[in-house]
Amino acid sequence: MDDGLKASTRSGPGRLLIAVYGIFALAATARSAVQIATRFEQAPLAYLLSAFAAVVYVVATVALGGVVSRRIAYLACGVELAGVVLVGAASLVFADAFPDATVWSDFGGGYGFIPLVLPVLGLLWLRHTGLRYSEESG
Amino acid sequence: MIQVLATSLTVVALIAALWSLVLAIANRPITLATKSTLGLAGVIVLLEVGLLAQAVAGVINVLGVVRGEVDVPTFIGYLIATTVVLPVGAFWALGDRSRWGAGVLAVACLSVPVMILRLNQIWGAPWMTG
Repeated sequence: MDDGLKASTRSGPGRLLIAVYGIFALAATARSAVQIATRFEQAPLAYLLSAFAAVVYVVATVALGGVVSRRIAYLACGVELAGVVLVGAASLVFADAFPDATVWSDFGGGYGFIPLVLPVLGLLWLRHTGLRYSEESG
Repeated sequence: MIQVLATSLTVVALIAALWSLVLAIANRPITLATKSTLGLAGVIVLLEVGLLAQAVAGVINVLGVVRGEVDVPTFIGYLIATTVVLPVGAFWALGDRSRWGAGVLAVACLSVPVMILRLNQIWGAPWMTG
């Protein structure tokens, strides 16, 4: 990937987007580390999903920042969107399987629905910067 | 939890967030060369010192409570997070000399009251040990 595209992806509104991703990466990682270390047996499914969400947020943060490839950034945002929709739906339909909330439960309602909006913004931003870059470079 | 400190930190964080937001809307990048950005930097340093004090006092307090009354690991996790978010946010904000850098700072500052709110909830809620 070209350095110019990397730079434009992490500047402007992208800067803000990565900051919000970073906060979620920090929050989700800390939360799932505590859950798994202290009370994993209470809600294994929810806590494993928390850990998975944490990994996705960390990958999305560094990928949007240009550390790893753009394809991985698309993948992370896509997985995140699928995760929040599927886990959100599952947490309502099979409430018994989720005795403790994950970041994606109730479509991210516990976090002001930011988890639902974030991957959409991430994908739109990747598309926007990609299109702008290909226009400029010919 | 020291309520006076927690409330003061919430107020200062909201002021810093509002200040950053005004800079972002007015399209004043965080340059540390103008009075308005230096003032903001001062408020954020003050806020960080307060958050560090809260973290130290919080860890000491929470280790003194009766076992099972408070979710200690989560509480300490939030205390650490409150001290990390501003330095990292400021570093990330300073890397972009546009209005979006100020926006980053606003988001970082807004995360502080949210985390203090969660700290208060954890402190007040009895912890069910399955």
